[in-house]
Amino acid sequence: MATPADSVLVIVLLLNFFVLGSSRIRSLIYTVAAQGLLLGVLPLLIHDSLGLREVVVSAGAMALKGIVIPRMLMRAMADLPIRREIEPLVGFRASLLLGAIGTGASMVLAYRLPVLTEGHEATALIVPASFATVQTGFIILTTRVKALTQVLGYLILENGIYIFGLVLLEAMPFLVEIGVLLDLFVAIFVMGIIINHISREFSSVSTEHLSALKE
Amino acid sequence: MAMAIILIPLIGAALAFAVRSGAWRPALLPPFALAHLTASVMVVRSDASAGAWLRLDPPGRLVLLLVSVLFAICSFYAVPYLRLRRDRPNRVFCGCLLLFLGMMSFIALSHHLALMWVAVEATTLSSAPLLYFNRTGRSLEATWKYLLIGSVGIALALLGSLFLGYASLKSGHESSLIFEDMRRSAPGFSKPWLHAAFILLLVGYGTKMGIAPMHTWKPDAYGEAPGLVGALLAGGMTSCAFLAIIRVNHVVAAAGEGAFAARILVGMGLLSMAVAGVFMVRQRDFKRMLAYSSVEHMGILILGLGLGGVGVFGALLHMVNNGLVKGVMFLSAGNIHRAYDSKSTEEVAGAMRRVPVSGALFLAGFIAVTGSPPFAPFVSEFTIVNAAFGGDRFVVGGLMLLLLLVVFIGMGTTVLAVVQGTPSRAAMTTPFHDSLLTTAPMLLLMGLVVMLGLYIPPPLRTLLDDAVRDLAQPEVRP
Repeated sequence: MATPADSVLVIVLLLNFFVLGSSRIRSLIYTVAAQGLLLGVLPLLIHDSLGLREVVVSAGAMALKGIVIPRMLMRAMADLPIRREIEPLVGFRASLLLGAIGTGASMVLAYRLPVLTEGHEATALIVPASFATVQTGFIILTTRVKALTQVLGYLILENGIYIFGLVLLEAMPFLVEIGVLLDLFVAIFVMGIIINHISREFSSVSTEHLSALKE
Repeated sequence: MAMAIILIPLIGAALAFAVRSGAWRPALLPPFALAHLTASVMVVRSDASAGAWLRLDPPGRLVLLLVSVLFAICSFYAVPYLRLRRDRPNRVFCGCLLLFLGMMSFIALSHHLALMWVAVEATTLSSAPLLYFNRTGRSLEATWKYLLIGSVGIALALLGSLFLGYASLKSGHESSLIFEDMRRSAPGFSKPWLHAAFILLLVGYGTKMGIAPMHTWKPDAYGEAPGLVGALLAGGMTSCAFLAIIRVNHVVAAAGEGAFAARILVGMGLLSMAVAGVFMVRQRDFKRMLAYSSVEHMGILILGLGLGGVGVFGALLHMVNNGLVKGVMFLSAGNIHRAYDSKSTEEVAGAMRRVPVSGALFLAGFIAVTGSPPFAPFVSEFTIVNAAFGGDRFVVGGLMLLLLLVVFIGMGTTVLAVVQGTPSRAAMTTPFHDSLLTTAPMLLLMGLVVMLGLYIPPPLRTLLDDAVRDLAQPEVRP
């Protein structure tokens, strides 16, 4: 029952809750980096036959999600006066509750959808974990006001999509690889540039300042 | 050969980044735009393809030509515009304009689910620097929202693509993400996953297209971007996103789930029109007003697609018409903005006197975009309303007419405030004046709009009919 892949996914889910309940941006970045590293290990655990493909995706995901992007965010943070997400639109406890409800709903939804890949008992948790992580990313994206935290939310959303991609790694590797690596790297890179501009313009990276445009 | 429509703009972009003189750089735009237009026409006529992944399907041809024509006309506007804004560095702006053109052509050409997704992502990234041209806090805010909301939309589209790929595992065929193969094996797809995939892809690409409720980036982006960029986003990029939705919808229809998709499309279409109507009333910022007009017309497009039958013809024609009219409106709004140094109706009045040609075209554009004869959008909107009543969808047709009326009144108030009255003294002293170079592109676009309202040239007619025929058949010919 509890295969190594399942244990890893459970830790990934727990990290989601940590992200939902924490305000210090530094520890948020570490958490997301840890999640990225864990996700990098997953392809190796799920697929019995270790081809070059699995190893490359694994290494790429670990390097990007676990090292390169967290470092970029750390560097962005070093230049800035902010250290905490102080006043999110939805409080930390409420976000935790939302996350719990979302995770439960993901489980129910995932078990109602048919399983189409045969003979992968090890992956029973993959689909619900993916839904729950996407959901967590959404909560962070919509309820936090600091630009950095929003980027972290986007990263978590991407992590959730990556988890789902693992089911398809054998059937359509191209889609998965291109999606995960290209998207993450380029999008975060451009967002990093913009964050720099925001910090120069407003000398604090909070999207609360970005509120001149509204009805 | 087909690759030329992607490569020409990319070469142009590389040159634009390499050229040192800011004064001469904009002069690169028109030749490359014209080369792209020529190549596009040739590719469309010769039916060339570059392998199974890069093939121009009939709806793609239409979008490619629209984007190419619109860009070519806008490139002539860009030259005097950038001369006017000599204070701003334009290296990134010119380069990204051409990159953006290349990526939009890439969307039209990609016949593969993953490749199309990459192309849509690339349009987001290449257009973000265009929004930040003015380098103000407000334009930064708009860029941030555009990038963040756009990226989330793209991420959801990726998840939807993965779902669609997963659904195809059940069909028994060898999994292929080429649209033509997918349509062939679609009846065997897993239905629950197909439904989920459609919703995610509609939300994802719908975010790029700017249909409600995923439209929130639009007023900010269109409000803060130069009019030229607004024209390309509202006329070009949204049409490309619509093309993505058309292709996904086609796969779903081929799976026999067209009715499921149609219900959602019609619902979202009406919602977009309603949201646009609500926010357009008492809108003081005339560029933001145009953004809501774009939301409205994107709603009309997916409504037409959802209605099916004649509605598809109407939607495709409306895509072309909307693209051209949006060009007129955004360029004239840009000129008015320059002349008054403001885009609020509190300070802008009497545009007809201050900038007679731009003011008149802004007014004419408004009359056209709200669907009055003899302009082209009247024909296409009428076709879609017809599709609703012809299919006994009286509630849908009635609602559409009502919402068109609401939008007409809401938009009319703002537009009339802009063009009528007497300009303030401050506005008379700004250096901007209508010139041949800044007005001729708009006049040309307006000419096309009038022509399409009275007469659809046979080649365009053939393209439209081909696209409708292609979309009408669930199974693809072997």
